[in-house]
Amino acid sequence: MKTNDIIAALKQFYPPDRLLTQAAQLIAYESDALTAYRCRPLAVVIPEDQDEVIATVRLCDRLRVPFVARGSGTSLSGGSLPVEGGILIALNRLKRILRLDPQERIAIVEPGVVNLDVSTAASPYGLYFAPDPSSQPICTIGGNLAFNSGGAHCLKYGMTSNHILGIKAVLPDGEVVRLGGESVEGVGPDLVGLYVGSEGQFGIALEITLRLLPKPEVFRTVLAAYPSLEAAGNAVSQVVAAGLLPGALEIMDRLAIEAAEAAVDANYPPDVAAVLIVELDGEANQVGQEFHRLMVVIENSGAQEIRIAQDDEDRQRIWKGRKSAFSAVGRLSPDFLVQDGVVPRGRLGSALAVIEKYAAASGLRVANVFHAGDGNLHPLILYDGREHGALARAEELAGKILDMCIRYEGSITGEHGIGMEKREFLPIMFTATDIDTFQAIRHAVDPLELSNPGKVFLGDWDAPQRYSGPQPRERAERLQ
Amino acid sequence: MRLTPTSIQELQALVRETSCLLPRAGGSKFALSTRVDGITAVDVSGISGVIEYEPGEFTITTLAGTPISEVDSLLEDHGQYLPFDPPLVERGATLGGTVAAGLSGPGRYHYGGVRDFLLGVRYVDSAGNLVRGGGKVVKNAAGFDIPKLMVGSLGSLGVLVELTFKVLPRPEMCATLRLDFEALEDALQAQYKLFPSPMDIDALDLELSNTSPILWVRLAGFAAVLPARLVKLKELMGGGDVFKGTDEELIWRRARDMEWVPEGWSLVKVPLTPGRILTLDGALVQTYGEQGVIRRYSCGGQLAWLALSGSLHLLDDLLNEQSLSGLVLFGRPGESRMGVSDGVSFYRRIKKALDPNNRFAEM
Repeated sequence: MKTNDIIAALKQFYPPDRLLTQAAQLIAYESDALTAYRCRPLAVVIPEDQDEVIATVRLCDRLRVPFVARGSGTSLSGGSLPVEGGILIALNRLKRILRLDPQERIAIVEPGVVNLDVSTAASPYGLYFAPDPSSQPICTIGGNLAFNSGGAHCLKYGMTSNHILGIKAVLPDGEVVRLGGESVEGVGPDLVGLYVGSEGQFGIALEITLRLLPKPEVFRTVLAAYPSLEAAGNAVSQVVAAGLLPGALEIMDRLAIEAAEAAVDANYPPDVAAVLIVELDGEANQVGQEFHRLMVVIENSGAQEIRIAQDDEDRQRIWKGRKSAFSAVGRLSPDFLVQDGVVPRGRLGSALAVIEKYAAASGLRVANVFHAGDGNLHPLILYDGREHGALARAEELAGKILDMCIRYEGSITGEHGIGMEKREFLPIMFTATDIDTFQAIRHAVDPLELSNPGKVFLGDWDAPQRYSGPQPRERAERLQ
Repeated sequence: MRLTPTSIQELQALVRETSCLLPRAGGSKFALSTRVDGITAVDVSGISGVIEYEPGEFTITTLAGTPISEVDSLLEDHGQYLPFDPPLVERGATLGGTVAAGLSGPGRYHYGGVRDFLLGVRYVDSAGNLVRGGGKVVKNAAGFDIPKLMVGSLGSLGVLVELTFKVLPRPEMCATLRLDFEALEDALQAQYKLFPSPMDIDALDLELSNTSPILWVRLAGFAAVLPARLVKLKELMGGGDVFKGTDEELIWRRARDMEWVPEGWSLVKVPLTPGRILTLDGALVQTYGEQGVIRRYSCGGQLAWLALSGSLHLLDDLLNEQSLSGLVLFGRPGESRMGVSDGVSFYRRIKKALDPNNRFAEM
């Protein structure tokens, strides 16, 4: 099929302002949040309703053209990277909350709805949507579903998957299916559970039924500063050993703190090696008791400074520093890779020491931000893409860190997915038989490999060009 | 050939030579695990034992045939528990059977069901290979979520051999409030009053068995603040009788182990939403009579446990009419699913891919 024929076919569905084919228009879609990869799609289409999405997928099936669905493009694993010669389906205009039922505590939304908008809409009823990835003010529910996004509150509240009850989806061959329903219970295999986290390879979710939770009555947020990362890590173990179940347990290291301070003025203690953020949430009486126990642990954990959020404003400031850490690191370095490995919680201290050793050997700076309660590490590897060989060195370091996570019986990804970035590591974490099983399932859903191909698995598409050099904005400015 | 493998290798060999295989272990859900014509039942209760338990990690890995009672007491020794509150423990239920049937008890109300706590699986596939999905850490997004696919699959996609669960700290103390109502509508209104409240409710069951409706509300947490929380709860609900200690434990054990189901009656699980209870209940009473069906609307109305004395055919019709689905736990073997099914064509694709030669019995 020739390019012109495909575009001609798309023109039957889309007016010119929703069918982008010019280089200057396509550049914005070349990358997602993993900017080390970029690939220009044949065209970007911007559907406005479910029927247009279904028609587009059916057209792709008929013409054998690969497609990639994209929301806000916040994937850190390159999950929404376009495919060469393929169509990028931008779902941002499918942003209706179709139903919000406070009595039954569910919301039915389209995939382009922004995560935080669900909680905002539910807020007047005392409800919220629990999954809170750091990108929640911009990331979409469709992307959260595709990558089973996490966030800071997973230990207590689970991942996105734990909050999705039903899915209406168009499969890559154009069949429309409905999985699950409105109950948290089901009969038969948990097909919703399988669909969530399939990284866009099972087609496109069109309607998503979300479970809403009552907002916690109170939060108690404590920030403790430590002279070493290890001391902060030990404090986490002590909190867990005390039988406490905080809503969040987060650690940031010196470099991450510096970045957050520079970016959002979070007012973290100066000149410390690590801060630990612990947040308790729930019913006031319970949290009061929990807080009492927590403070006994924290006060005996060797903290240099302990701050307790006095009001919601204080709490928001602490979280702003934490949640802006990734983008804040952009101030320290023109480029960075975000890692997402998981190690057993008890090996956090050891894992951090290993990362430090690897970083020193590679000559690159690494900022650490992590969901300590889950053992989910986010080393941010800083490099300058303009410098020859820097990306390769950063990737080599990233690879060594992932190998360590596998060695520690953890995982290569806690919440970002395999995407483009970690394809090589899937065969290290899983056996060939395991991967054959994943592929068998995938081919049962997408025999032609049209839906987000080239991700997750090695081999079915050549790796797109890895990119090192000026930033997208700089390049777009030059083109104009 | 021995149909009671005691090792994973023996099971693998057996799968390679068998067709229409149905794994069973504790036999606590006899409608699901009892052999019917043409099906080869394989007893996997010999594949049992705890593999790895690290309390500090909040994870436990066991073989699938491990009785839940064994795991429960081990976890209790370390101040932890399985928050999805697996049912039928006293009847000998195993972890593998609980996952395959997709069952959670009344405690799922607080933190979630079995699907939410299963982190990883190993299973024997239709070619006799050992396949792993998920992992052993509390957070993991690598690969497709095979563990969730196995939840509720009733052995139709593979034979589970090893399971990793997330566990949580066990609450120090529990207390339960009993509220009696004249009419179902009133009980439902009371439930709706609880839903948006920020009270951390541990379990919420509505029971209708030959008596007027009873609402059971369970609180769990720190002993020191439990009395104050109970006062608050009673204020919100306008009274009620408080149960503590052994009596309180028995209320929930009776619920979880289905001790309330009369001998010889069928037991069916029906996923639900609270808004549909009234219509379903009306139809049930009309069909079976007040004496012929005991209803337990569990987990804040997210599922119904129905005990029935009469034929299940009428229930099948009723569920179809109301677009509900059912899973038969006690009843005539070979008729496990009733009512409507979701995602049938999607399931068929997966079944064909994972079990092309029908080694495993259909659901």
